[in-house]
Parts: sequence; C-alpha cells; structure tokens
Amino acid sequence: MITMTIVYGFINSAILVVAALGFNITFGISGVANFAHGALYIAAGFLTYLCLTELHFPYWIAAPAAVIITGALAAVIYRVVLLRVRGLVVSEVIATFAIGLAILELFRFLGFVGFEFTLPVFVDASVPLGNTLVDAQRLLVVASGIVLTVFLWLFTHYTKTGLAFRGIAQDERTALTLGINADRVAALSMAFGGAYAAVAALVILPLGTIAVNEGYDVMINSLAVCIMGGLGSTGGLIAASFLIGYGQIITATYLGTHWTMIVSLVAILIILIVKPSGLFGHQKELEERT
Amino acid sequence: MKENDKSAGRRLERIDRGIHARSEDIFALNSWREMLYLLGPRVIPVVALVILGLVAPLYWQRVLVSTAMFALLAISWDMLASTGMVSLGQALFFGVGAYVSGILNHYYGLPPWLTIPLAAVIGSVICTIMLLPVLRLRGIYFAMVTLVLPLMLERIIEATKIFGGTEGISGLGQLPSVDVEFIVAMVAVWAALFGFRRLMNSDYGLVLKGIKDNDRSVMSGSINIYLYKAQALLIAGSIASLAGAFMTHAYMFVGIPVFALDYSIIPIAAAAVGGVGTLAGSLLGAFILVPLNELLRGLGGLRSVIYAVLLVVFTVGLPEGIFHFLQRKYCQFERWVEVS
Repeated sequence: MITMTIVYGFINSAILVVAALGFNITFGISGVANFAHGALYIAAGFLTYLCLTELHFPYWIAAPAAVIITGALAAVIYRVVLLRVRGLVVSEVIATFAIGLAILELFRFLGFVGFEFTLPVFVDASVPLGNTLVDAQRLLVVASGIVLTVFLWLFTHYTKTGLAFRGIAQDERTALTLGINADRVAALSMAFGGAYAAVAALVILPLGTIAVNEGYDVMINSLAVCIMGGLGSTGGLIAASFLIGYGQIITATYLGTHWTMIVSLVAILIILIVKPSGLFGHQKELEERT
Repeated sequence: MKENDKSAGRRLERIDRGIHARSEDIFALNSWREMLYLLGPRVIPVVALVILGLVAPLYWQRVLVSTAMFALLAISWDMLASTGMVSLGQALFFGVGAYVSGILNHYYGLPPWLTIPLAAVIGSVICTIMLLPVLRLRGIYFAMVTLVLPLMLERIIEATKIFGGTEGISGLGQLPSVDVEFIVAMVAVWAALFGFRRLMNSDYGLVLKGIKDNDRSVMSGSINIYLYKAQALLIAGSIASLAGAFMTHAYMFVGIPVFALDYSIIPIAAAAVGGVGTLAGSLLGAFILVPLNELLRGLGGLRSVIYAVLLVVFTVGLPEGIFHFLQRKYCQFERWVEVS
C-alpha cells in the first residue's frame, strides 16, 4: 500500500509536470496565460487518433505531425487573435478561454465522445517496482518528463531562440532594442507551448481514453501547479507538481477518487490567498498585490 | 483612427449633439425635441420589452424571463469589472443564490416571494465572505480564484452528497404564473440597470471606478479600497444571487448545474458584445445573445462553439462593443475636415 502510494504518487506528479510544462513555457516567456492549453492538449490527441485510424499513417509520422500541427495552430491563435489584445491581460484571458471552449465543444459536437478514442501505448509491458507492478507507459511518462525538462533548459540556455525567449521574458522593451522581434518570439513561445502540450498528450493519453472533459481537468491541474510553483518558474512547477501529485494520490487512496480534483482547486485557493506569486515566483511579486 | 489612414489630409471630427445647460444629471430642456432625445433611448426599450413580453407566446415569455436573469448576471459582472474585479465565475453568485433559495424553500418551507429576496442577500453575503481573503489580488489572479470557486463548490457537493448531491433538490415552490414571473423579472432588470447606473455616476461610483483605474492613488487618498471592493462585491453579488434564486423557482429545481460554466461565460460574452463599462451594454448584449441562443437550439452542442467564437470576434474585432458604437452614433455627429 505504502510503496504503491509512493510509486503512483511519483508517476502522477510526473504526469502533472509533463502536462503543465507547455502552459508554463508560454506564460513564462510571453506573459500570455494560455487558457486554451487543455484544448490544445486534447486536440493533439484527437489529431493523432485521426491520423492513425482515418488516414492510416504509421505512428512515427502521425505523432510528429500532430505535434507540428498543434504548435502551428497555437502560433496562428497568437498571430490572429492574441497579437491584437496583447497587454490587455483580461482580454487575453477571455480570448484564450473562449478559443479553448470553442475547440473542446467543437470536438464534443462532432461526436468525439466515447471509449473507442484511445492512443496506442509505446511498449506494452509492465515492470515490477518493489512489490507493485507498473506498466511501462507510466515509466515512460516519468522519463519523458525528465527529457522534456532537460531539453527545455538546454534550449533556453544554449540556443539563440532560447536566449531570445528568456530575453523578452525579462524585459520586452530592452529585448526590442537588442533587435529581438518580441511579437515573433512571443508567437514562437506560444507554438512551443502548443507543441509541448501535444507531446504531453502523446505520452499521457495512452493511459486512458481521449475525453473532451479531460481538457478542462488538464487545464485546471496545469493552472494549479503553475500558480503554486509561481507562474513561469520551471523549478517551482516541478516542486508544486510533486506536492499536488502526492496530495491527489493520497486523497484518492484514503478518501476516494471524488476528492482528487478538489485537491488542485484547494491548492490554487490556498496559495493565491497566502502567497499569490507562488512558491518560487519572485519575478512578478510586486505586480500581484497592492 | 482607421479613417485617418485611408484619407490623407482629412480627419473625422466628432462633435457632441448639444443640449442646453447640461451637467451630469440636471438638464435644462426647452423643447419636446430635446426631451424626446433624452427620454427616447431610455423609455422606448422598457415599454417595447414589456409589451413584447406580455403578447409573446408562453415559450418566448419564458425565454425572455431567463434572458432577463442573464442580463442581471451580466450587469453584475460589468459592475464588478468596473471596480477592477474581473470575474470568470459569475456562476458562484448565481449558484450560491440558487442553493440558498432552494434550501430555504425545501427545508424551511418558506414561500418563493420570501426566499428570493432572502437568497439575494444571504447569497451575496456568503460569496463576499468567500472572496474576502482574495480582495488583495488584482487582474488575472482574482479572475482565476473566481474561476476555481464555483468548480470547487460543484465538486464538494458532488463528493459530500449534501443538499441532494448530484440529484439536486426538486419540487420547489413556483411563482403564481409566467406573467407574474415576467413582470418581476422586468422590474428587477430595469431597477438594477438604472439604479446601478446612477450609483456608478455618483461620488461613490467614482471611487469604485478609481479603484479600477489606479488603486494605489485611491489608497493614497486615504480610502480603504478593500472596504469599497467588499461593498461592490456585496452590491453586485446581490443581483446575481437574485437571478439564481429566481431561476431556481422558475425551474422548481436546484442542483449542481447551477455552477455550470454557462452562467460564467454568457454574462462575460454579453458584456463583451454589448460593451464593457456601461451596464446598459451588458443588458443589450444579453438581450441579443440569449434569444439567439434559443433560436440556435436546434444546433445542439454547436451553440457553445458559436458563443465562444462570437466572444473572440467581439473581444478582438469590436472591443468597444455594440452599445458604445450606438451611443457614439446617437450622441455625436461626425464630419470630415481638411487638415493642413
């Protein structure tokens, strides 16, 4: 029981990290809280599903195609909609929220509801860890969480685009004087966030079915860990994922699965009341409270 | 602005249509024409809607009643937004009001004409207390709390199975007839609109608007902005709770759907379409969107999509909203002048 809680808590935390990274990237860089994140995640899942079943693509074409399309979609959303309301935080939130709603409800309307919508697992095997059996896909999520985080760190520290990302995150105007096209970089960061959401969908969705409602839950969970960790801080994101991830598993085992979603919601509330800038978010501390 | 680019050397000049000796709310009117000019846009919609509602068939009468309730939610959203508190969860006020009236009616046996006003007060007090700890937050952080709270209440009711759990409470008392419902709804809407407009134009409202524009400078005027924010929540929350309580008795049912996303997103959409910051714009938006929603009922799930798309189009394309646009056309005349 205890080992199971520890192992599954770890895996659940990794799932939260992978799902929330995309949201975190976009917010950290361009300051756009992309409330369509959950919708992009689900859209990527359905795209892969369609590529595999309707177009009969092999998996190694379908998966990258879904990642690229989702990234491009996110960039288009930025270019067409968000660019016009840039800086008006509330309009940004309303616009992305509405776009997410439109995407998710469109899928629901088109009849993408049911248990037949699943993605294939990479490796169909299970590995014994201590005295609990864990299927390989779950370990793969943990591995991809590590890979994605390391890749993100390397990308933002050693490539020109990555440095530009960090540049506009620190100070957009100064970045502008150094010849960085802030709008293009912000659009790229949005595309990056979308692509990360798609990768998350590819790794996590094989664990269950692709459900429209999952989009809202992913959104709330991502929001919870990002707010708790401090919006835009990757270290905080990971720490918060572990807090909430273990919190969820512990409540699920001892109180019942009804209560798992409440953990994220309560976590958001408590952290917003006690320390709105999050555990590790020092950068924007001054802007948040009066 | 756009006209400027197209026609070099000319610019569009906008001039207010003059009314003699005008101040904020004192007019020295000296002709029927001017009186009509002022009264027309206020009286005609009220009279037209009441007549329309009384002659409309039963189904559309019910639609108008629920439209009026969404209008109340939208007005309440708009008032909160003009105080600098952007809410993504009007469903909180709506749902709490609905549950309070349902509980008072079901468990304590109070009649609807008593539960509705009581729920308006108690509901908004409960919501204000829930939001007290986050009054310090601004902008997106406040918005996120309001988004989360109704979801959380929904899940708590689902998990603890209190107040009927997922089944809800049904068989509640109802109002005598649809005509009565309609009249009450109309009185509530117009009283809220004109009352709140007056409030926002008074000195008190000025402080509220000031908090939105620059809360620090209001603080430096030694005004306790948290007190004002709490009062704004209480005032704006009361009509949203009233709407919830009213709908509970109109449907004779209360359950977790009252915390649905619809009650949060439609008021925002109405305000965005109609024009933020005028209150009347939100009302106009609600009276455009909700009947449209009914007309599109045949489309099923596609309605939410259309709604969301409309919301995006209006936030991006016509950020001022329909009401501001109409108001400009009505109150000002435009002419092209040469610029040297």
